[in-house]
Order: sequence, then C-alpha cells, then structure tokens
Amino acid sequence: MNIDWIWANLQPIGALFLNHIWLTVVPTVIGLVIAIPLGWWAHRSRRGGVVIIGAAGLLYTIPSLALFILLPAILGTRILDPLNIVIALTVYTVALLVRVVSDGLGSVPHDTVAAAEAMGYRGWQRLLLVELPVAVPVIIAGLRVAIVSNVSIVTMAALIGIPQLGTLFTQGFQLRLIVPLITGIVLCVVLAVIFDQVLIRIGHVASPWRRRDVPA
Amino acid sequence: MTLFEWLTDPANWTGSRGIPVQVGFHLLYTVISLAIASAIAIPLGIFIGFTGKGEAIVAGSANALRSLPTLGLLILLFLVLAPVIAGQLVFVVPTIIVLVLLAIPPILTGTYTGIQSADEAAVDAARGMGYTRTQILWRVQMPCALPLLISGLRGSTLQVVSTATVAAYLGLQGLGRYIIDGRAQADFAQMAGGALLVALLALALELLFSVLGKVLVSPGLRRTTRRRRTAPTDTATAALTTLTAAR
Repeated sequence: MNIDWIWANLQPIGALFLNHIWLTVVPTVIGLVIAIPLGWWAHRSRRGGVVIIGAAGLLYTIPSLALFILLPAILGTRILDPLNIVIALTVYTVALLVRVVSDGLGSVPHDTVAAAEAMGYRGWQRLLLVELPVAVPVIIAGLRVAIVSNVSIVTMAALIGIPQLGTLFTQGFQLRLIVPLITGIVLCVVLAVIFDQVLIRIGHVASPWRRRDVPA
Repeated sequence: MTLFEWLTDPANWTGSRGIPVQVGFHLLYTVISLAIASAIAIPLGIFIGFTGKGEAIVAGSANALRSLPTLGLLILLFLVLAPVIAGQLVFVVPTIIVLVLLAIPPILTGTYTGIQSADEAAVDAARGMGYTRTQILWRVQMPCALPLLISGLRGSTLQVVSTATVAAYLGLQGLGRYIIDGRAQADFAQMAGGALLVALLALALELLFSVLGKVLVSPGLRRTTRRRRTAPTDTATAALTTLTAAR
C-alpha cells in the first residue's frame, strides 16, 4: 500500500469529490420534484398508476452505462456532456420514486384524508398541506435508497470519461494501483453515509409528530 | 456511420466478434453467475427465513452493499485476483466471481423475505392439518415465497447484465465490448449500437421474468395481491430491497 499516492493527489481527489456531490444531488432533487406529481397521478387514477409504474419499471431496467450513451443519441448532446449523466440519474430517480410517492400517498389513513376534505382542503392544497406531509416517512425511505444508489451509479460515468470519484477506479486500473481504488470506494461509501444521515435528519424534522410515538 | 447503419451492417452480424456471438457471451456470463449465486443464496435464504437466524446481519449488510460502487469493486477484485489466476481465464474468472457476489444479495433477500411473508393463517392452517415443519416449508412457505424469490432473481439478473457490460472495460467479451471499443475508437455509432443492444437484452430478460412470474406463481396467491393498508412502509421497503438499486 502506498499512502503517499493520496497525499500527492489530494487536490485532484478533492475536485473529483466535489464533482461527485453535485452529479448525485442535482438529479436526486430534480427527480423528487418530477416524481411527486407523477406519483400523485399514479395514486389517484388506477389506469395512470398501471401505466406510470409499468413505464418506470422498464426505464429502471436499462443499464446505466447504456443509458449514458443512448441519451446523447436521443437528445443531441455531446457524449462528454455531464448533462447526460444528470438526465440519466434523474430518470432512475423518478422511476424509483414514482412508486414510492404513490405508495406513500396510499399510506395516508383514510380518516386523515376525510377530515381534510371536510375542513375544505381540495386538490393541490390537500396534497401539499395534508397528504404529502403525512407520507414523508415513506418518501424519505425511498429517497434514501435513491441517493445512495445514485452515488454508486455516478461512478459508471468514468468509463465514458466524465470526471468524478469513479475516475479513481479507471486510473487505478491503468496504473495497476490498488490505493486509488480503495480511496474511491471509501469516499463513495462516506458520501453515501453522509447523504443518508442528512436525509434521516430531514425526515425527522419534517415529521415532528412521529417523535412523540417513541415510548419514553 | 449512424447508429442505424451500424445495426444493419451485415458485417457486424457475422464472424467471431459479431452481434449474435457477443449476445451469446453476455447470456453465458449471466447464466453462469446466476446459477452459482442461486446455488449459494437460495439454500441460505431458506435457512434464514425458516430459522430467523442471521436476519439482522443480512438485512444490514444488504443496505451497506448498495453504497459500494460496482465499478470500483469490480476493478479492485480484478486487480487482486488477476495475478493469482493465470492463462486464458485471467479475465473471465475474477469477473465471474464479482458477478456472483453482486447477484447473491437480491436472491438472498428475496428468498428469506418471501418465506417470512407467507401468510401466518396459511401456516397455522397447515399446522392444524397435521403438516410437519418440513412439509410446511416446502408445500406452504416456499410457494408463498415464490413471487419475492422471482423478483429477487430478476433484480440479480439485471444487476449481472449491467455489470457484465461494464466488465468489458477489463477485457471481458459480451455486448459491453462495442461500448468500450467504440469509445476507444471514437466510433459513436458502435457505442450507441452496443448500448441499444444491452438495453434491449435487459428489457427482454425483464419480460421473461414477468412471464415466469405469471406462469409459476400459484393463482391463489395472485388473487390476494390486493395489498392491505396495515403496513405500507413495509411493502414499500420490501419492493425497494428486491429492486436493488445499483444499476
């Protein structure tokens, strides 16, 4: 093991780390924003649910490396454009979360919905002020899976040549060095754990009534 | 050359590097890895589901595994294993080992959660009818576990198809070759062609598993798939664990 390699490359590693952060966070956030109305529709209409959740399942089937390459052919972007990665990960995030949002809205007790209805909450208002907040625990659980897997999927972009932590893997392979590989894997896991913890905190803050459920 | 021209060029459909041969290689790696992974994960999953031993360890490590980047794991194990294995198999064996490792968690989770998800009432009824524990396992719990077991196998298959593509970077044959070689030669048509074929292969296998699910799962189980509202968080997370996110 040659730890000196890490010290000598501290600056590029830092740059790759930052790239990795935004390549993971941006698609996850956009994906959530798109998945909420789609999941709501899937929850409301039986036929919409079958179509959307079926389509999401099929999209999720496409291997990431293939999607990274097919997107430029569809969108007309350049192959090295990081936009392809952002869009591909957004697609995966939406595909995963549509089902979660739909299940989450389905978990809202009927009495709660009926009470909101009786108090005059309708449509979007009821969704944003009553149903979504109650569905927060389920949505956060799905979001945690989404962001942790996105950290891992981003690394695949190294095979096309887009710099992020996965670049350490291809470098390690070219140099036949194990240190860059271990560095990259450890940083990915650390990043995933940090994102996971942040989401747990957000979920905790966003569902204050749940804390009272815990027996003292 | 465009993607369409590459796909319709007869030269790409013949010879030892032709599309049918690479599809064959891709399927061969997938079948071998899945067979080995199933031989390990299904008995282990039955043991865990039946006895409840080791459940916490498996559930915990399944989540931790998700954050491990497949590409890094693949290259690391390749660099570690390659010097040990000599000759012709130097590319294939380390890759198959990684593919097997990646295929185990979804099958394992599918099997043991499947066995545990068997309706308590059905198990009780079987016990009341005088079934022994082994009979309950094989005649009640296993058929009830089948939907989740199949969905675990589906997750593993997609994971293996996807990772086998990436393994072309290390020198493995299969459809990933077109992507990696196309990148090296700046031949975008070849890359897109390979990517399209990989996507189609994955979709075809997905379709195969949904047909398999329809044929194998007992009709009695399919009718009761209307989910009860009691534990939506559980059903959501169960669905997510069998999806296994790493693409």
